[in-house]
Amino acid sequence: MRAVAPEAPSWPDFQALPPAAEQSSASNIGETVIAAQDLGVTFAAHGHETVALTGVSLAICKGEFVSLIGPSGCGKTTLLRLIADLTQATSGSLTVNGMTPAEARRKRAYGYVFQAPALYPWRNVERNVMLPLEVIGLAREERQRRATRVLELVGLTDFRRRFPWQLSGGMQQRASIARALSFEPPLLLMDEPFGALDEITRDGLTLHLHQLWRRTGLTAIFVTHSVPEAVFLSTRVVVMSSRPGRVVAVIDCDLPRERDLDVRESPRFLSVAHDVRAALRAGHADV
Amino acid sequence: MPRVVPLLCVLAVVIAVWFAASVPMNWSQAQALADDNASWTDIAAATQSLDRPLLPTPAQVAGNMVTTLVGYPITSPRSLLHHALVTTWESLFGFVISLAAGIVLAIGIVHVRTLDRALMPWLVASQAIPVLAIAPMVVVVLGNIGLTGVLPKALIAGWLSFFPIATGMVKGLRSSDVMQRDLLHTYNATTAQVFAKLRWPASMSFLFPAMKVAAPLALVGAIVAELPTGAQAGLGARLLTGSYYGLTLQIWSALLMAALLATLAIGLVDAAQAVLVRCRGGRL
Repeated sequence: MRAVAPEAPSWPDFQALPPAAEQSSASNIGETVIAAQDLGVTFAAHGHETVALTGVSLAICKGEFVSLIGPSGCGKTTLLRLIADLTQATSGSLTVNGMTPAEARRKRAYGYVFQAPALYPWRNVERNVMLPLEVIGLAREERQRRATRVLELVGLTDFRRRFPWQLSGGMQQRASIARALSFEPPLLLMDEPFGALDEITRDGLTLHLHQLWRRTGLTAIFVTHSVPEAVFLSTRVVVMSSRPGRVVAVIDCDLPRERDLDVRESPRFLSVAHDVRAALRAGHADV
Repeated sequence: MPRVVPLLCVLAVVIAVWFAASVPMNWSQAQALADDNASWTDIAAATQSLDRPLLPTPAQVAGNMVTTLVGYPITSPRSLLHHALVTTWESLFGFVISLAAGIVLAIGIVHVRTLDRALMPWLVASQAIPVLAIAPMVVVVLGNIGLTGVLPKALIAGWLSFFPIATGMVKGLRSSDVMQRDLLHTYNATTAQVFAKLRWPASMSFLFPAMKVAAPLALVGAIVAELPTGAQAGLGARLLTGSYYGLTLQIWSALLMAALLATLAIGLVDAAQAVLVRCRGGRL
């Protein structure tokens, strides 16, 4: 069959790119983007109810990178879908930028990255990235300009004419991140975007995502299974537990804001990771 | 060109069997016409050149096709090309009807829950009606209300061929996965945008196989619909007059012509699909 394109050898140098919205957003840190109060979701199926999420109260500020971590079934994806207005809460209140999730969605307040790349196979990479821009109704030149910019940001410029099935898994997920960033949303929601990738690709993408976040000043919410990934990327880690899904701890990651992969061997990193693991274990022991 | 080699092998076998079969099948007729003292080789030779053989030989059919295709002006009722074009036009018209009806029905069924429940059982029931059997009646009834000419035949052709299009498109328009739909939801896309950006392009890999099934069905529908109309024009008319007057050569030429048209129709669908595949970078 056809050869799959190899992973791009190196990540682009972001420092060489023109600065994005970092300055303006940095001065606004502290403004609340997500405010959840006693949030709960109960699914009813086949006559019995499943409590997917209960009593979640959480505030996320502008410019933060927050990871949601926990075992399968702890409701971390559900929480992310609530924020995205893809699932409806059955109790409690939730605001996104001071609006209901539905209003925020209508204003296109966030970009969403799914577990799978969810690229449309009949569109090449560039046209996949342009999809949200077409839906929004931007002019052709503007679509082109923005697609070019985000493809450069994720290092896929040379692959923009390729079709999804001609790319490796890591490149597909980078294309999906580029698509989420293309309409410049202030909030990025990611649901285990690197879950299906091998560890080496994963490391590369994790570092890449960190640099992307540093440069753009986005607010990011990141669902993951991986403790090192969560600690490396986040300003705060929200530890969740299952049956019923709930928040058991919120741990600050007071590592330097500028990080590289070596930080994972630093004592501070290991100590935070230890705290996260302890919280995960404690949450599990409650059951 | 290695792809045509197996094809030609099969063709050679078919023709060989056909020639072989024409000898015993025409034997008694050839024997009856032959002199009393004719040898068996004379009779065997005679089986190959009867006027109205039970089974015409491939050479006879080919000869008849060439004569009737190029031997008469296209306006002549003796021209096979004339009849083939009439049938082609009717089935093409019918195919367009089935394509339009099938796609519109599928769009309705996919978007309106009530239509899904109300229409789907009727679509299935419509295919249980033996249209081939009642087509002549339908054509006569339509003729009585003033619908004559191409339209009644196109309607039968459309009726016979819309079902694969409708069911294929219902499945195709629903073939996108939840994530692909959720994605557009996060962009606050309208129903029309979901259709244009996701449902329609996703349905193409179902539409083309459906068209390959529907195209020959439209041809069959047109031929059947031609049978009862006083046999004026079309391959159906050729079949009918052929069987009426025992002109086996004419019947076989018409049948072969129909087969060629069906092959051509599928070839055209394939060509259209190839264009789309090229636009999509190599996959449908």
